Amino acid sequence: MAPAAAHEERPADDVLARVHREEHSRLLAALVRRFGDLDLAEDAAQEAMESALRSWPEQGVPQQPLAWLTTVARRAALDRVRHDQTAARRLAELHVREEATAPPADEGPLTTEDVPDERLAMLMGCCHPAIAPADRIALMLRFVGALTSAEVAQALLLATPTLQARITRAKQRIAAHRIPLTVPTDPAERERRLPLVLTAISLIFTEGYSATSGDAPIRRELSAEAIRLARITRQLLPASAEAQGLLALLLLSDARSPAREDAEGIPVPLEDQDRSRWDAGSIAEGLALVEEAAARPDAGSFTVQAAIAAVHAEAPRFEDTDWAQVVALYDLLLTHGEDPVVRMNRAIAVGRTRGPAEGLALLEQLAAEPELARHHPFHISLALLREQLGRTDGAVAAWRRALDLAGGIAEQRFIRRRLARLGE
Amino acid sequence: MKYVLLLMGNLADDRCGETDEGPGPEEFIAFDEALKEAGVLAGGFALTDPEEGTSLSKATSEAEPVITAGPYAESREFVGGTIVIEVDSLDDALAWAAKCPGAIGGRVEIRPLAEY
Repeated sequence: MAPAAAHEERPADDVLARVHREEHSRLLAALVRRFGDLDLAEDAAQEAMESALRSWPEQGVPQQPLAWLTTVARRAALDRVRHDQTAARRLAELHVREEATAPPADEGPLTTEDVPDERLAMLMGCCHPAIAPADRIALMLRFVGALTSAEVAQALLLATPTLQARITRAKQRIAAHRIPLTVPTDPAERERRLPLVLTAISLIFTEGYSATSGDAPIRRELSAEAIRLARITRQLLPASAEAQGLLALLLLSDARSPAREDAEGIPVPLEDQDRSRWDAGSIAEGLALVEEAAARPDAGSFTVQAAIAAVHAEAPRFEDTDWAQVVALYDLLLTHGEDPVVRMNRAIAVGRTRGPAEGLALLEQLAAEPELARHHPFHISLALLREQLGRTDGAVAAWRRALDLAGGIAEQRFIRRRLARLGE
Repeated sequence: MKYVLLLMGNLADDRCGETDEGPGPEEFIAFDEALKEAGVLAGGFALTDPEEGTSLSKATSEAEPVITAGPYAESREFVGGTIVIEVDSLDDALAWAAKCPGAIGGRVEIRPLAEY
């Protein structure tokens, strides 16, 4: 492997940092694919990274860092297999092909093209239905997002040892049950797996999106991380409308971030947001993606949600929102699955297009839904509609209920401010 | 790798056991044949009804055994039988479990056989 001539132009630390996030997951996925064993792959990847840390600052960064790392990691893995009977036996059980144990010298130098992107297998493997949903998210952030355990722990509001224990347990389960970290060969199973992958990514986004500025910065970075995972997924599955729809949804939602809080960190409702602060680049990209995804026959709930976000993004002012279109899209969304929160949002949209009385009537019909009774946005929506109709007492009661349920300090301040306006 | 399919039934569900609604013995026999043909069958047994059982438990190693008629009273779920299969991965085991008549109305629990 020829080292890069100008070492100063590509400082090793920077390249390593970039490689760590951007390509560490590709390295790991390639090793898992090759050896079928997550522990062995992790150790070998770690060894290759350490070797790079030692040699790159002196010898310069190789022109194809990923290929270099893969070669070193494969050698490290094979070395371990030769010296470790247990690992060798495990690999034999896993039917690792004969060629996998051929000496790496026979392979010749690798190029980036020789390292196929196996991350789809990791994504689908981490989201196997036999893995608990909370563990799927942790595994994805750790092994596809290439975050450190400490970073994943911070992002998910867990203590690092707790997160490490969770990952260890999940890895033991993968090994003990022999859960394949592969793309399912059965097309029907592949179809069933994709929504689990997309849902996990959307949950990662929500974790970051709902974080307030008081939270650790890594939590807010989660939305960026989710967008990165959604990009990878779409790139790996270009034929899937839903993978594209999810990316569009995340981009369009994230575009509003600069306007979602005021200077004091208090949430700003959609109707009061300064739309000039929305990120025009993300909106343009999101709109193009959703328009194209919505025209495909396999468009599903993520694409419909993206289409709803697009209606908001396309309205220059809140008053310009095409609420009839929003209601129609919520109706379409409900055909993909009954969901009280979707019903609630539909009721709010009805309130905008057919008047607050009709919207409030629909909302009040939902009051018995257990999921909504504890959901503070539901009570905020009730309060806002009652205010519009001059039903102050009912509004105050709903604001109070929302205040009891709201978790964040910033949200509580928002609610208190609204209560103060009503003379409470 | 060997997996045990635990065929779980529920006392509260009429579709388990010898009723018209649940899968009949001929369906289980056909499933058994399919496993044999595929060369993955590695053992298993069917059980009589849970009320035919007798339970024994000891609070400590020294305690007198307590013997009761029937299954553990508070559990509505019972093991109706087991099938041991030898396949490559959990996905293969799940694919067989999905074809198992015991899954209909009941539950098939897939557990890797512990190797000592």
